[in-house]
Amino acid sequence: MSHGRDTSPKPYGTVACFATPEELIEATQAARNAGYKEMDAYTPVPVHGLTDVMGFKDNRLHYGALAGGTAGFAVGVILECFTSGVFTGTLQPWAYAHNVGGKPLLSWPMFIPVTFECIILLTAFSVVGGLFALSGMPKPHHPVFNAEQFFRASQDRYLLCIEAKDPRYAKDQVQRLMEEYGAESVEHGMTSEGY
Amino acid sequence: MSQTHDPESLLTGTHTEATIDTAIADVVLDSSRHKPVKPIRIAGREINIPAPPGLNSPLYLMIGFGFLFTNLMLVAITTLIFTGIGIWGNNQPTGWGFDIVNFVWWIGIGHAGTLISAILLLLRQKWRNSINRFAEAMTIFAVMCAGLYPLLHTGRPWVAYWLFPYPNTLGMWPNFRSPLVWDVFAVSTYMTVSILFWFVGLIPDFATLRDRAKLRATQMVFGVLSMGWKGSAKDWVRYEHASLILAGISTPLVLSVHTIVSFDFAMGIVPGWNVTIFPPYFVAGAVFAGFAMVITLAIPLRKWYGLEDFITMKHFDWMAKIMLATGLIVLYGYVCEVFYAWYSGTPWEVGLLWNRWEIDKAPYSWAFWMLILTNGVIPQLMWFPKLRRNLPVLLAVSTSVSIGMWFERYVIIPIGLTRDYLPSSYGYYTPTFWDFAMFFGTIGFFLFLIGMFIRFLPSINMFEMKELLHQLKHGNGHVHTTHEPVTTAETEAAPNA
Repeated sequence: MSHGRDTSPKPYGTVACFATPEELIEATQAARNAGYKEMDAYTPVPVHGLTDVMGFKDNRLHYGALAGGTAGFAVGVILECFTSGVFTGTLQPWAYAHNVGGKPLLSWPMFIPVTFECIILLTAFSVVGGLFALSGMPKPHHPVFNAEQFFRASQDRYLLCIEAKDPRYAKDQVQRLMEEYGAESVEHGMTSEGY
Repeated sequence: MSQTHDPESLLTGTHTEATIDTAIADVVLDSSRHKPVKPIRIAGREINIPAPPGLNSPLYLMIGFGFLFTNLMLVAITTLIFTGIGIWGNNQPTGWGFDIVNFVWWIGIGHAGTLISAILLLLRQKWRNSINRFAEAMTIFAVMCAGLYPLLHTGRPWVAYWLFPYPNTLGMWPNFRSPLVWDVFAVSTYMTVSILFWFVGLIPDFATLRDRAKLRATQMVFGVLSMGWKGSAKDWVRYEHASLILAGISTPLVLSVHTIVSFDFAMGIVPGWNVTIFPPYFVAGAVFAGFAMVITLAIPLRKWYGLEDFITMKHFDWMAKIMLATGLIVLYGYVCEVFYAWYSGTPWEVGLLWNRWEIDKAPYSWAFWMLILTNGVIPQLMWFPKLRRNLPVLLAVSTSVSIGMWFERYVIIPIGLTRDYLPSSYGYYTPTFWDFAMFFGTIGFFLFLIGMFIRFLPSINMFEMKELLHQLKHGNGHVHTTHEPVTTAETEAAPNA
């Protein structure tokens, strides 16, 4: 886009295709043992234990949910107290304090259901928004989509990609390692993204 | 991979990941899966269903039937908006008639979807995997039908935004002490969270459809819907966190929604409404009605598209057991209502009971005894294992429960209102043509949406079925739990496609 930048395709990584999740985990462990750090796997089902082998951990979504729930609680309480005239004459000198059926302005037990629904709603939004943000969705294209076998990663094959940004990356060595661990096919992906 | 022929399994037949995809995704992608209906034989003559070729599969006939009644609903709504809710049978003393009965009925049906997708996920019930997707779809469509009723019941749906707190020049806000305002918040939150949960669950399957589609247009549509899902191991970790948290918050949500719906009545002083058993009794009734509807929809779905391997007899057995259990809770609720009326010693409460019971004197006794028959007696057939596995019987019982749950709301709502504390205002509630048009119209709308869903979206969760396949293979709760390399013998022992 800008002047003087090299936009020619660069290697993105080496994509190896495995038939079973067990083989994938074995190969991932071998890649870790060989010292590779920048890698990701693409699988049709969640493979438990795979990210532990990869040395990846991400619990941010839990904190996001907690933040969303807390915000929901605050929204519910503030909304109901302010609109019911609890602070009339103090924080809200202009507000009407309607007497409904002789009930107290701060009828806090009656405020619980709406506060509860606000907590749920904002937690749900923060979880789904957080999932999309952390996973980079929506993103219609990704360099790994260029891999010929990629279309099977959502069906019945287990792909491992050792990324070229890894300092130890050398495509021939990676290919040999993957083939040794039973990869059905190995390909080297190219990308012009991010440069 | 799974080589099981045991009819008691959660997944029967010989399946691999590829065959699961073919069985489920091709309902959407391959139009030859929509087989024409067989001609009906009457008195030795074959009568063909009058439908154009290509549009004569059972599913398309259901969509067409649903579409007809959707139009009836639209006519009913248009007439209502032009004329006012006077065209309904609601009148003093019965301010709440079919509209509220149907609202509660529909929203109750929706609850099984959330129960299956959220509560059974938290309880790690693997059998939910093959029924959760269309149960969730059922939830969303049922809540859509439910939402129409209170919206139109307001009389002026174009100012429905008055229900929400928004700043206005009058300085007027909703009265947050009213259960009706809680209802607005509960139902709209429920709708939103159900859609989010459903969509998040669909994303990996959208990616599968994107990668399997042959037509460019189909690839594009599912490509957009999949949000660029890669199935990356890192994404799966976050995805599973998100699913669990959504399940964790949907569980109290679904309980709160029907509790709040029951507060609409229980917080009132009408005889028969002001009962503390209402929240648990309504929630159990909702699950009861919802499971009945899931069974009603699952039986034709699996037959039309040959999904017998995925929705097995074991599923029906367990669903029927849950239906029986929740039905017994509902029956207990009926007994409690009687006890409450007697124990209260209030003439109005006791009078209400007689007004329900006495066959020769009470104007509504037909509705009450229909309720006891369809909701209390007929579901007891589910005690017998043979009947739980007999699909025609199961279909009949689940239909009976759907009817019975409708009568339950009918018995609670208009009967209480027609005989409250002022004998001078006693009355009788008579629904009009437009009440029925709206009711059958929403049933048609529901069938139409369900049909479109089966046609265009994967009706069984594909990635969870594949997960189940691996779990059955390893006999534990995870695809893989150890970090040690698997022995070659085990890897080879798994025959792969």
